[in-house]
Order: sequence, then structure tokens, then C-alpha cells
Amino acid sequence: MVDRTGTPLVEMRDISISFGGIKAVDHVSVDLYPGEVVGLLGHNGAGKSTLIKCLSGAYRKDAGQIFVDGKEVDIQNPRDARTHNIETIYQTLALADNLDASANLFLGREITTPLGFVDDAAMEAETRKIMGRLNPNFRKFNAPVSALSGGQRQSVAIARAVYFNARVLIMDEPTAALGPQETQMVADLINELRKQGLGIFLIDHDVHAVKRLCDRAAVMKNGELVGVVKVDEVTEDDILAMIILGKKPEHLAA
Amino acid sequence: MSDTARPAEQPRRRSLIDSLEIDTRLLGMIAAFAVICIAFSVMTDGRFLSARNIFNLSIQTVSVAIMATGMVFVIVTRHIDLSVGALLATCSAVMAMTQKAWLPDYLGLELGHWAIAPVAIIAGLLAGTLIGAAQGWLVGYLTIPAFIVTLGGLLIWRNVAWYLTGGQTIGPLDENFQLFGGINGTLGVTGSWVFGIVAAAVAVWIVFSARRAKLRHEFPVKPLWAEGVLAAGFAALILGFIAIVNAYQVPLGRLRREFEARGEVLPEGYTEGYGLPYSVLLLFVVAVVMTMVARKTRLGRYIFATGGNPDSAELSGINTRFLTVKVFAIMGFLCALSAVVASARLTNHANDIGTLDELRVIAAAVIGGTALSGGLGTIYGAILGALIMQSLQSGMAMVGVDAPFQNIVVGAVLVEAVLLDIAYRVPTVRPKALLFHLIGLPILIFVAFGWLFALIAAIVAVALGFAARQKGML
Repeated sequence: MVDRTGTPLVEMRDISISFGGIKAVDHVSVDLYPGEVVGLLGHNGAGKSTLIKCLSGAYRKDAGQIFVDGKEVDIQNPRDARTHNIETIYQTLALADNLDASANLFLGREITTPLGFVDDAAMEAETRKIMGRLNPNFRKFNAPVSALSGGQRQSVAIARAVYFNARVLIMDEPTAALGPQETQMVADLINELRKQGLGIFLIDHDVHAVKRLCDRAAVMKNGELVGVVKVDEVTEDDILAMIILGKKPEHLAA
Repeated sequence: MSDTARPAEQPRRRSLIDSLEIDTRLLGMIAAFAVICIAFSVMTDGRFLSARNIFNLSIQTVSVAIMATGMVFVIVTRHIDLSVGALLATCSAVMAMTQKAWLPDYLGLELGHWAIAPVAIIAGLLAGTLIGAAQGWLVGYLTIPAFIVTLGGLLIWRNVAWYLTGGQTIGPLDENFQLFGGINGTLGVTGSWVFGIVAAAVAVWIVFSARRAKLRHEFPVKPLWAEGVLAAGFAALILGFIAIVNAYQVPLGRLRREFEARGEVLPEGYTEGYGLPYSVLLLFVVAVVMTMVARKTRLGRYIFATGGNPDSAELSGINTRFLTVKVFAIMGFLCALSAVVASARLTNHANDIGTLDELRVIAAAVIGGTALSGGLGTIYGAILGALIMQSLQSGMAMVGVDAPFQNIVVGAVLVEAVLLDIAYRVPTVRPKALLFHLIGLPILIFVAFGWLFALIAAIVAVALGFAARQKGML
């Protein structure tokens, strides 16, 4: 079981962000402990991705605080998030299609030679190592990622997120474009990373997957947090009810 | 794990081009260039490929080619720069005024002082870089489309140049400055050979050190003979060009004047080759540096990543705004460098210098395979593109094609190059492109050569059309 007595790895407190008068995220608080997977659920437009983008630095929150290891941090852009070891796998994967796998894996954090030139050979060697672990069938190291299959692209995006000693991993619908086998691969990976003590935010539409993979589920509707529940204490129907009705089930509403 | 996977990497039969791993697009451009050279050479009884014309062609290409390498970065990041010709004019005006008016008038430097050329060049390079950076800032930070910023820039800098000089032609420019113009500054025969041999040796070393780096990490490499062919090709290209520019003889009259200036008499039977012009050397250096930047630095990596997907580049922590400033600053710097070459070649600064260069530069980059949708482009492609355009232009002038037709052809070639590129990349366009050519080419031949050739072309086209149809290509 996850130990929730210490300081949370990440705490987002009272986060708000609006776009042109519409409150996309309205005073939402969520926390995440080491070795924990927290699922974020909700309809399209519920504000899951927006909330998480405040943490990954893609958006700037209008109000609220973010704490990492109990210390408040200021995340203005993706670089800031990365310095706090917060890594994100975006729904769009955010790969540069014209570059190859290793260029994408190291994008923004290239290995350089003593003279300051990018060391392609060293980066490709590292890429081969990590891909050997994540996706042993991966072969196309010199092709632009536009030439890769959905699953292969996904594994490049995952490799990029886990390679740099992430402590917090944000996964935005990581299995949306994958077949059953690759989905299982992602599930295995999530379990392995959790054992290593990472904290994971998992955005997913699939209630079964969330029930299976997550420790807690946070449900959002219309930008507001409906509630956070331990998945062991609720049924799938309870979670569905929260998503659809926007209310915590009676037996949990203490 | 890797052992079980080995059978998948069984060596399969590879074609020659596969083994050499040469870009097919580059191969196409080289083929097109070769066709142009051979055709004009036949039409001019070999004059087109004479040492003298190749020498001239190379110095005429330098100015546009230098700017085209910068335009590759601009277009790769999904921007455009319409102001390069005007910016060249402003930089040229700044340099001309620095050496002919400002330094002599305000600092009292005598005309011909050794410091004049370096100070003027530095002033021009500074002006170009700053103006470029300012335009980049408007594009990157204030998010004005580059098309608008540089369209405004075209009007502004063209007329700033006019204002600076009062519209006058400023010249003759400083003698040291003129060394960058081409024929007035060459390395000489010995110097050119030394440079050529060193450059060829470095090219061979680069090919094999890249191979060593791959072997060290146990990556697959091409067969040794393929590397050898590639290295030998580079070396032959460099040394062949040196041999040609060395073969271009300095005219006797000029030699006699030079000897007289030194108080000597021209010995009987004395000859001297020009050798490599400094301006071409400059282009060579720019090409090498820009290629290194594109392939071997973080800046280059970020330029291509941003062009491929601006959002993901931003999410990967790349500061794309500042990157835009850098890209336009590089473009401005290269405009200034081109201004040195262009004004030195003319030996003066004239008000219309660089007019329409923006279009030639963009055309060179595009013919060279730079995609306007961003993320794709090579430095050598842009230089080859500039060379193809200049060859067409001067070849047609030598053959005696009327001036309006020269420009019509260059325009058509630009569109054609992009059409071929799209047909190469997008399979669904291929049949339409093929049909377009089968109908269009006989018509073109009719306009150019009359009905007899057009009839032959039409028959060939119909035959090809049926053949393509049977193969399912139409």
C-alpha cells in the first residue's frame, strides 16, 4: 500500500486557470505521493489536461500553489518543470516528426562533446540501451519518427520521459492510440515505475484501466474537482456516477 | 536479447545508391545541374564549361548562395525573409559610407589606410546582425508574422540604404575591400592547391572518422568501398574545381600592368592562373560552418525540431522565441557578408544593389529542397540551388536567349522544382504530375523549337503515356 503519512511528492493546491472568461480549472487541489498512481478522470473538457499542463509548464496557472517535496515551486514553462524532475507524456506525444528517435529523446537535453557539439553517436547508443529495455523490437533508429508506428512513437515518448530520472510522471492518455499488446506494455511499465518510487498522474478515459492501475482516482467535471477516492473502496459504477453526475457517491460522502 | 534479434538484420541485397546512402533528392539536383551544364556546353561549343566561365559562374553565385544558406534556417523554422535584398543594400551602404565618408571625415583616416576595410566590414556585419535580430524579435516575441515584418523590412531597408547614400553611387571602394569581390582577389595557383589538398584531406578524414565513431558504438555502417567511393568523390570534386580555377589564366595586359607597377618587366612566356577567388573561399567557409551548425550543434537541432513541430519543441523546453531571434540574426549577418561580396564585385555601392535578391535567395533554397512547410532543408541543397539558377541565367545569356525569356524560364524552373519535390514525396500527386508533363512538355517544345520537334515530342509523350498506363502509373 502507498504510505501517505509523509510529505506528498507533489501537491497542487487551489489551482485555477481560465481562458477568456471560461474557468477551465476552478480551485482544484490534488496531491501525489511517492510510488503512487493517481488517475484523473472526467469528460472531455472537464479540465484534466489543463490542470496537468499547469504542472508540466505548458500553461501558467492564474491562481494557486504547487509544492514539490513540500516546498513551493514556481513553474513558468516546461524547462522549470523538467528541473523539478517532472516529466510529461503528452496525448499528442509532442515529438518532432522530422527528427529520429534519439534526437527526440534528447531534445532540449542533448549530450554534447567537450567542444560543445551534439554527440549523435553517444545519444544513439543511449537510445538503443533504453529502447532495448522498453521496446526490444524497436529497430528504426535512423528514421524520422514520422516513419514509425503509433506504438513505436509512443515508446519514444515514454523513453524520453523516463530516461532523465523522472520523479513525477504525467501521462496524458498514453494508451489512446495503442493496440492491446502495447497497452499491456504500458501497464507493465507503470507498475514497474511505481515500484521504483515514482509518482504518476494518469489521465485516462477508461474506467477499467484506472481501477486496475491506479491507487486513487480524482474525478473532474466542468473544471471542478468532484472528489478524490481510493479505487479499492469504490466500484466502477461509483466512479462512472462521479464522472456523469458530478457528485460523490452517497456511501462515500462522509 | 540483442542476439535473438540478429536474424532480422540479415544483409539484404542493396542497390548502389542504397549502399552509398546518398540522398536521392541530392542526386536529382546533381543530375539536373549536369543536364544544364551539358546542354549549354553543347549549345555554346564548350564555352559554357570553359575555365573562364566556370570561374565567373562561381563568383556570380557566391552572394545569393551565402544568403540562401541562412534562408534555409529561416524557412526550416516556418518563417520567410523577404527583406534580404534590401538588407543587403543597407549593409552595403553602411560599409560604403564607412569607408568613403564616415571614417575619412570623422576619424580623419586617409583613403587607402589599412584599417578602413576591416572597420567597414565589421560595421556592416554589426548592422546586418542587429537589424536581423530586431526583425526576429518582432516575429518571435511580438508574434507579427515574418511575412509582414520582412515585407515592411523590404521597403524600409531598401530606402534606408537610399537615404544613407543620398542615392549616389559610392565608389571606387577600398582596394583591400575589393579583394572579396572575386576576380580582384584570388589565392593564386600554389595557394589554391595547398587549400584544395588540405580541404580534400579533411573531407576524407571526416568520412572515415564518422565511420569510426559508428563502429565504436557498434552501429551498422556502410561497406568500406562505399565510404571510399564517397571520400574519393569529395576529394575529386574539390581538387577538380581547384584545377579549373587555376587553369583560368590572368590576361597578359593585366600581368604586364602588375609587373610595371612593381617596376619590373613581364618575362617572355610568363603565365599565371587566377586560382581560387577569396569570395568562393568565403562561401566554402560559410557552407562548412552552417552545415556544422545545422547538424552538430544544439542550435541547429532546435531549429529543425521547431520547424518539424513548434509546439513539441516548446514543450521540450526549447525557447522558440529566442530561437527565432537567433535565426533572423544569422540571416542578417549573412546578408551583410553577401553585401561585402556583392559590392566588392561591382567595385562600388550602387542604389539598386541586391534588387530582387530576396526572390533569388528564396528560390535557391526552395530549389535546393527546403520545404516551406518547415523542418526540412539542407545547406548544400541551397547552394546547389543557387548554382543551378545562376547557371541557367548565365547559360541563357551566353546562348542569346532574350532577357524576358530568361526570367520566364527561371520562374518556371522554380515551380517545376517544387512540383517534382512534391511528386517525389506524395504518391497521389504523381499521376497528375506525370500527365501535366506529358501534355505540357510538347507544348513548351512547340513554343521554343517549332512544330517539327513538338510533333516528335507529342508522339513520344503519347507512347510514354500508354506505357505508364500499362504499368498502372496513370
